[in-house]
Amino acid sequence: MKNKKNFLAVDIIYLCLMALGPLFLIVLKVLFTPHSDDISISGALVYFTVKLPLSDLPITETQVNSWVVIWSIFWLCKYITHGISVHIELKRQLVAEWVVEKTKNLVKGNMGDYFTDFAPFVAAIMGLSAFSSLLTLIGLYPPTSDINTTGGWAILVFFLITYYKFKCGPIHYIKSFGDPVPFLAPLNIISEFATPVSMAFRHYGNVLSGSVISVLVAVALQGLSSLIFGKLPGLLGNIPFLQIGIPAVLSVYFDIFSGLLQAFIFAMLTMLYIAGAFPAEDYAKKKAKRQNKQLNKENI
Amino acid sequence: MLELAIGIILGGCALGAGAAMIAGIGPGIGEGNAVAKACEAIGRQPECKGDVTTTMLMGCAVAETTGLYALVIAILLIFVAPGRFVDILMNAIGK
Repeated sequence: MKNKKNFLAVDIIYLCLMALGPLFLIVLKVLFTPHSDDISISGALVYFTVKLPLSDLPITETQVNSWVVIWSIFWLCKYITHGISVHIELKRQLVAEWVVEKTKNLVKGNMGDYFTDFAPFVAAIMGLSAFSSLLTLIGLYPPTSDINTTGGWAILVFFLITYYKFKCGPIHYIKSFGDPVPFLAPLNIISEFATPVSMAFRHYGNVLSGSVISVLVAVALQGLSSLIFGKLPGLLGNIPFLQIGIPAVLSVYFDIFSGLLQAFIFAMLTMLYIAGAFPAEDYAKKKAKRQNKQLNKENI
Repeated sequence: MLELAIGIILGGCALGAGAAMIAGIGPGIGEGNAVAKACEAIGRQPECKGDVTTTMLMGCAVAETTGLYALVIAILLIFVAPGRFVDILMNAIGK
């Protein structure tokens, strides 16, 4: 019995630590947001600036929010995997197994057997992106609507792509630009750099456009309701009736559907680009050649 | 005179943002085609609905990219560019 109590206590600690992050963000946002009556669409707030010799490093809302997302995901994972055993006792173990199995199957299906180890990376990108976009549900600034966040992930993916292109040696890498005809090399180089740019802009544009359109619709509804209900007497005329409920419908699309879809698409494109960059056939040939050489040496 | 110059800057930015969003036509047509074909495919083979939907969403998202470039440019033109251009104008005049 005592054991069970301890177990419950640890559970509650994990959940509290998880919820502490968003609460901290809300408090921070309330403290730092300058008071203004008119609705404005602005970028991330700068919380404070770290003085560095080369240039100042501003700690913005984007950074703090993404750190908190990481923190919350960590404790969520701790909670989900708490008390897992061979004989399933808790429902949450099924959730954890479902997540792991789904990502493994997704990675295996899209990238092939060579990249099975990529499942944690893909799951991390997907989870970070999805939970970052979902921060809008509690009125916080989503880190993904800042080009710096998605740009950083895209650069990471770009490095991975280049790494796997280098798998067959630098000569093969340079040769791959002259494909299919050598004089198309400039276009190939441009498309090489267009990949991370388009990935970053796709995710950032979707999330940002969602929040901008939501704000615009909310302002328009406010104006419309003051036009229609403004003649009502007293305080009743000040209540924007049309703003109740209608923006929530938009939020279902822009915040939940669009955010989750973009997370899925970012992870999917990551997988496809990395798997596409890896010259599987040539790599297999090279490996076979090396093995043959070794066998010949041993025979001699 | 300065008011006129700033007015031209603001008007030019707004017109540019509107013109940039003409690019929304392309993804609209493209995604419409993709969804139409996906519906046909599901009608022909209802058992592969999941795969078709996933692939369609992927394709839609990729086709949407050009529209999003236009959107980013429009947003920059509306919210960022006027301030920058007015600053440049002020610097050029020397105020």
